[in-house]
Amino acid sequence: MKQSTFYSPSSSGLDLSELRAQFPILKRSMRGKRFSYLDNSATSLKPEMVIAAEQRYYTELSANIHRGVYEFSEQATVEYDQAREKLARFVGAGRNGSIIFTKGTTESVNLVAYGWARKFLGPGDELVTTEIEHHANLVPWQEACKATGASLRFIPVDPDGSLRLDELDEVITERTKLVAVTAMSNVTGYMPDLSRIIEAAHAQGALVLVDGAQYVSHHPVNVSSLDCDFLVFSGHKMCGPTGVGVLYAKNEILEQMDPLIYGGDMVTKVRRDQAVYKPLPDKFEGGTPNIAGVLALSAAVDFLSEIGMQRIAEHEHGLLEYMVERAELVDDLVSYGPTELGVRGGIFSFNYGDVHPHDAGALLDQEGVAVRTGFHCAQPLMRVFGVTGTVRASVYLYNTTDDIDALIDGLKRIKDVFG
Amino acid sequence: MSLEADLYQEIILENYRSKKNRRRIESATLQAEGANPSCGDDLELFLSVHDGIIVDAAYDGVGCSICCASANLLCDSLHGRSIGEARSILEGFKGMLLEDSVPEFADDISDLEAMQGVKHYPVRIKCALLAWNTLEGLLDGVQ
Ligand SMILES: Cc1ncc(COP(=O)(O)O)c(C=O)c1O
Repeated sequence: MKQSTFYSPSSSGLDLSELRAQFPILKRSMRGKRFSYLDNSATSLKPEMVIAAEQRYYTELSANIHRGVYEFSEQATVEYDQAREKLARFVGAGRNGSIIFTKGTTESVNLVAYGWARKFLGPGDELVTTEIEHHANLVPWQEACKATGASLRFIPVDPDGSLRLDELDEVITERTKLVAVTAMSNVTGYMPDLSRIIEAAHAQGALVLVDGAQYVSHHPVNVSSLDCDFLVFSGHKMCGPTGVGVLYAKNEILEQMDPLIYGGDMVTKVRRDQAVYKPLPDKFEGGTPNIAGVLALSAAVDFLSEIGMQRIAEHEHGLLEYMVERAELVDDLVSYGPTELGVRGGIFSFNYGDVHPHDAGALLDQEGVAVRTGFHCAQPLMRVFGVTGTVRASVYLYNTTDDIDALIDGLKRIKDVFG
Repeated sequence: MSLEADLYQEIILENYRSKKNRRRIESATLQAEGANPSCGDDLELFLSVHDGIIVDAAYDGVGCSICCASANLLCDSLHGRSIGEARSILEGFKGMLLEDSVPEFADDISDLEAMQGVKHYPVRIKCALLAWNTLEGLLDGVQ
């Protein structure tokens, strides 16, 4: 296994040692080795300022929002609303769209599946998705179709896990009401040409939901120029806390949608037999929200914006190129996803010889390397690849070539055991 | 405590690679499927039982080394044993991994003890138990 000198971490202009110092967990070792965290697609590590923001809510405010008349409640309400505006700016939402806070991507998809799809779809209608989706962007649509009599169709996929957009016209027709597609595969990092899909969908009068769970945390996003109708993503994959996520949607659509959660906080007037709901966005946020989580997510957006999403994307791309280059020199390593790296984010899925991914992951763990193994909540894509699972390494802004070296060098230990 | 000493011992790797019991028994009298949805392990277990004696046992499917080694050991340990004996081996094996109990397997099946190290790796216990849980389901169906 030869060392490559292709990528230097400084080429993106990030000061890695300064950045890494802001992530307390990076000071820990794992199994007595340097901690190489390569499971960023599952969840990201958290910088000090995000942890501090979450804690600050409990130590300084600890009040419910939209309710109290006292100072701390007022301040919590103001900060919560400011967080919403910050998220709106972060994804380029103009005046015509809103940010709804949810508990994550999965809940955001379900909000659309219940509040919109079940209300507006019927027999004869079609919902289009793909085989490369995370189960979160597939199962809710299967259920919505069952409930409404609509049918589910799939944009054809190539053996390398990329979409055959040339055949879009055959799948997206006047019967299509919604296209639900990922902006970045959580298995291969493949990023389909969203503009092309959105254009084809809109030409048929269909709406488009973009699953940004993987993309938003690593790339600049502008929903206004992209013109998607829904964008869903999770805070915990973008340096934010668990338990908070976002549904962005155009206001004209939100106005027609039903809430998913009914109860307090989302109503203006309640009588014995009926209630009047608050206007956007509150009607979709029944109950006490994850206030600490929202404030911490807001801090995460500050953290990411300070660095710059474009620089983060470039840094990760450099790491992907480095990983691919080192992996190419390893015998018996099979990787998945398009070979054209320009359409990929920083995710690298592979199998090593005929070693089961679980065994590979367990031995890498002994080397301090954290990877994900299994089918990554994407079983239909595993079938496309003809495997039951893969080992997945995924990078973020704080990763260095040392992490990738630890992974590739760790393969030696696997070889020693499994030959 | 190293992974190689606990989990990936030669005896486990041998059982993982062994193809002896890795097959389907078309004439099986008992058959069931077991899966661990979180890791994708998916096995089918086959038993041929005649006059209360297990005359053949085999498994087929996909799984990690721990899962397959455990399934192979299970099949070996059941050959020629009665349903009642199978139940007590099953109990002994689960007790060894889940309750820290000291296993007392017959000499000819003492290889089962090699799986003991798995209990130090909580996420792998379910790999080691997949075939055994499947067996439990099968035996529960036998009067
Ligand atoms: C592409 C994609 N969509 C959806 C999800 C689900 O996100 P969450 O579990 O935060 O709801 C994930 C997370 O793994 C993902 O990678």
